[in-house]
Amino acid sequence: MAAYIAKRLLAAIPVLFGLTIIVFLIMAMIPGDPATAILGSYATPENVAKLNRDLGLDKTLFEQYVIWIGNLFHGDLGRSYTLNRPVLDEVMERFSATLILAGTSLVLCSIFGLLAGIVSAVRQYGWADKIITLLVLVGISTPSFWLGLLLILVFAVKLRLFPASGMYAIYGGGDLADLIHHLTLPALTLSVVATGVIARLTRTAMLEVLRQDYIRTARAKGLSERKVIYKHAFKSALVGVVPVIGIQAGFVIGGAVYIETVFQWPGIGSMLVTAISTRDLLLVQGGVLVVAAAYVFFNLLADVVQTILDPRLR
Amino acid sequence: MMTDTTMSAPSKTKSKSSRPGTLALLLNNTLATSGLVVLVLICLIALAAPILPLADPDVTAPADRLLPVFAEGHLLGTDHLGRDILSRLIWGTRVSLAVGLSATIIAAFFGSLLGLVAGYAGGRTDTLIMRGIDMVMAFPYILLALAIVAVLGPGLLNALYAIALVNIPFFARNIRGITLGLSRREFVDAARLSGKSPVQILFLEILPNVLPVIVITMSTTVGWMILETAGLSFLGLGAQPPQADLGSMLGEGRKILFTAPHVSIIPGLMIFALVMSINLFGDGVRDILDPRLRAGSLTRPVSRTAVHRKADDIPAPSQKGGVLDVRQMRTEFEIGSSVYKAVGGVDLNLKEGECLGIVGESGSGKSVTAMSIMGLVPTPPGRIAGGAAYLDGEDLFAASDRRIRDLRGGSVAYVFQDPLSTLHPLFTVGDQLTEAITTHQPMSGSKAREKAIELLSLVRIPNAKERLSAYPHELSGGMRQRVCIAMALANDAKVLIADEPTTALDVTVQSQILTLMNGLRRERNAAILFITHDFGVVSALCDRVAVMYAGRIVETGTTEEVLANPRHPYTAKLIECVPVLGEPERRLDAIEGRPPVVNNLPEGCAFAARCPHAQAACRAGEIGLEMSSDTRGVRCLFPLNSGASA
Repeated sequence: MAAYIAKRLLAAIPVLFGLTIIVFLIMAMIPGDPATAILGSYATPENVAKLNRDLGLDKTLFEQYVIWIGNLFHGDLGRSYTLNRPVLDEVMERFSATLILAGTSLVLCSIFGLLAGIVSAVRQYGWADKIITLLVLVGISTPSFWLGLLLILVFAVKLRLFPASGMYAIYGGGDLADLIHHLTLPALTLSVVATGVIARLTRTAMLEVLRQDYIRTARAKGLSERKVIYKHAFKSALVGVVPVIGIQAGFVIGGAVYIETVFQWPGIGSMLVTAISTRDLLLVQGGVLVVAAAYVFFNLLADVVQTILDPRLR
Repeated sequence: MMTDTTMSAPSKTKSKSSRPGTLALLLNNTLATSGLVVLVLICLIALAAPILPLADPDVTAPADRLLPVFAEGHLLGTDHLGRDILSRLIWGTRVSLAVGLSATIIAAFFGSLLGLVAGYAGGRTDTLIMRGIDMVMAFPYILLALAIVAVLGPGLLNALYAIALVNIPFFARNIRGITLGLSRREFVDAARLSGKSPVQILFLEILPNVLPVIVITMSTTVGWMILETAGLSFLGLGAQPPQADLGSMLGEGRKILFTAPHVSIIPGLMIFALVMSINLFGDGVRDILDPRLRAGSLTRPVSRTAVHRKADDIPAPSQKGGVLDVRQMRTEFEIGSSVYKAVGGVDLNLKEGECLGIVGESGSGKSVTAMSIMGLVPTPPGRIAGGAAYLDGEDLFAASDRRIRDLRGGSVAYVFQDPLSTLHPLFTVGDQLTEAITTHQPMSGSKAREKAIELLSLVRIPNAKERLSAYPHELSGGMRQRVCIAMALANDAKVLIADEPTTALDVTVQSQILTLMNGLRRERNAAILFITHDFGVVSALCDRVAVMYAGRIVETGTTEEVLANPRHPYTAKLIECVPVLGEPERRLDAIEGRPPVVNNLPEGCAFAARCPHAQAACRAGEIGLEMSSDTRGVRCLFPLNSGASA
C-alpha cells in the first residue's frame, strides 16, 4: 500500500515536469516582443535590448527554460509588472482563496452527486429518478456564470440572505461565519455541473453493480436492503466514481474562473482573467502552473483513494 | 459531461440495417424529440436572421436605453446603449452556434485523426501520441483554454481555437480505443492481405465503423463547447465589441445586473435553451447508437422476486412432508412483449438429510427453479407466476420481506456457480464470512471471527486464521468455493441450495468439493438441493434426481433407478453424455439440437423435436408426469425400457 502510494508519487514527477515544459513553451510562443509590450511602442531600441537582456530573452529557448526552472525551484516565478510584487506571493495568496471555494464545491458535489445517483438508481424509473434525471440535465446545461447572476439577483438583491460578492465583509467580519456566509452562493453555483456529472455516473455505476452476482450473494445471505445497497453495492460503485471526482476537481478549479469573476471572489481565476487582459504574462504563467500542479495532486489523491477501496489494484 | 465514456462500436452490418429504425427510436424518445424540435427551431431562427424584420443589432439609441421587456418596438427591451435585445439575441445566437459548431468540427477532425492513427499504428506512434494527449489532459480543461487565449490574445476566433484544441483529447481517446479494437478484426486483416495501403484501410475500412462513435462524441461535446466559448466571451476574452455572441452580451449585461437584470438574463436563457436542447437530443442519439445504454438493458433487480399468483390458486402442501416442499411452481420472465416461461409447474420434495439433484442442460430452468425458492430471481423481468414453496409448512411466496430475509442464509443457504463473481471483490473473506454469521446470530466481532475461523477449518482451508484477511482474488477457485460453502454453513441451514457449485472448477477440486458437501450433509443432517448438468456429479452425491427440460420435470426417481434404467429419452441422452473411465468409445457428443425457447413452447412434449422416438401423439395435448411409485415418475407417452420398469 505505502509502496504503491510512493510509486504513484514518483510517477507524478514526470507529469509535473511535463507541465512545466508545456507552460514554458506556451509562454515562449507568444507572438510579439515582451519587452515592447512592457515598455510600450515608444521605447528606444537600447531600452528594449537592455530589458531583453534583463529578462534573459537573448538566450536560447533551452537556456531560458533551464534558468526558469532553476528559479522555480527557488520559489522564484518572476515579478508581476502590473502588481509590482513577486508572482509567487500573489499566486499563493489567490490560490488559497480558490482552494477554499473549489474545495468546498468539490465536497458539496461529491455528497450531492453520490446521494442523487444512489437514490436515482434505487428508485429507477420512479418519480425520484425522473426528477433527479431532469435536474441533472438542467444542471449540466446551465451556464454557471449565468446561474451565479440569477442567484445574486434572488438571494442577494431580492431576499438579502447572502452577500453578492467578495470573500469577507469589508467592515467587521473576517471570521469563519463571515467566510461561510460569503462562500455559500459561489460554492453552490460552482458545484452544480459537477454534481450533475457525478450523479449521472453514480446512477449508471450503481445499476451496473446491482446486477452483479455478488449482490445476489449478499441478498442470499439475508442482508437488509440497506446493507446491500449502501455497503455492498455502493463500495463497488464508488471505485468507478472516485476517478471521475478526481477529474471533476479539474473542472471545478477551472470553472472557478467564471464564478470568481461573477462573485468577485479574490481567487486565482479572477486573477488570471485580469492578468490575460493586461497581458501580465508572468502572472498568467505562474497561475496556470500552480493550478495545473494542484490538479495533478487531486488526481493523485483520487488514485490513492481508489487503491484503498479496491485491493485488486494494489 | 466530459467524462470519458468508452463506447462500443456498432458492427458494420448492424449500423446499416438499423438506420431506419434509429430515427423511429429517436422519435419515440419524448425528451430527445422535444430537444430536437427546440434545437431545429433555434437554428432556423438563427439562419433566418438576415431576412427577419429585425432592428439593426448594432445601432445605438441612447434615448431608448435600458427599455424593459415588452417595450413598444422592442419586444425584449434594449440594452445600455439602446440596442434592440431581440435582434442582438438572434444575431448573437448565430455567432454562438457557428463558433460552437466550428469548434466541434475542428476538434472532431483533428482528434479523430490522431485517434485513428494512434489506434491503427500502435507501438511507438501510439505511445507518443497518447502521452501527448495525456499531457494536455493533465491541465484543467478551462485553464488550458485560458492559457491559449492568453497566448493568442483575446478574440472570438482565438477563443474558438482554444476550445477546439482542449477538446481534441476527448475525441482522440474515444476514437483510439475503438480503432484499436477494429484493427485486430478479420475484415481489416483481409484488407491488409489484399494489398491495400494503411491510408486506404484507415479511411475506407475503419473510418466508416468509427463514424457512429465520432457522432456520439460530437453530440455530447457540442453543447459543452457552445457553453465554453460563451464563457470565454463572458470573461471578455472571446467576442470583442462591436461583435457580439451570447456570452459577451451576458458579460456586458452583468455590469448593469442590479438596474436592468433582463439584459443579462435573456442571453443566458438562450444559452441554456440551446445547450439543454442539444444535450437532450445528444442523450437520445447516444442511447440509440450505444447499445449498452439502451433503455431496459440496465434495470435494477429489486430485493425479492415479484409474486403474481391468484389467491384462489395456491396449491396446498403435499402429503409427503419434508423440509422443503415445492408445489406447481411457475416462474416467468417478461421481456418486451414476450413471456418466457422458464419454470412451468415444478414439484419438488426434500427431506432432512436428503440430497436431491436437479439435472438438465443450460436453459432447462433448473437454476431459475433454485433461485425462485428464496425469491432471488431478478425482478424485473422475472416473477413467480404460480404455485407455492413450503419450508416446514410455511408458504415462502406469502411470507413478508422481513421473514424472507431472516430465512435467507439462515434456514436456507445458497452456494452459487462461479465463486469469483459471487464473492464481493472489495471485502476480505473474513469480512464476508463474519457478516454472514452476525446477520443471523448477533455476537461480538471477536466471537464472530472465531466462528469464521472454525468454519474455514470445517471446509478444510489450511491456515484459516491467515486466510481471513485475504481478498477473493488472492485465493484459488477451489478455495473460493470452499469459502462460499463455509458462508452457506454459517448458520446451520436446514436446506442448502447449490447451483452448479463445481462447474467452474477443475476435476480434482470438483471431487474434493463434492466429498466435502457429502460429509457436511451427513454431519449436519441438512437437505441439499443440488443443481447440475452432469449426471456424473449426481451419481456421486444425490439420493434422488429430477431431470428438467424446458422448465418442467420430465423424469424423477432415486439416483440408482434413473441411472440404471432411464425412461425418458432425454434422460437417456443426458446419461450418455457422461464420460466413463475406461470406455473411450462412448459417445461424448452433446444432444443434437437445442432446447426450445420458452416463450413459445410447442404443444405436447417439449423434447419431441429432438427425440428419436417421437410420434404424432407426442405433439398434441398435455402430457402428465406418470408416477409409477412414490419416487419414480416420467413425463413421456412412450417411455424407454417399459418392460423392465423399476
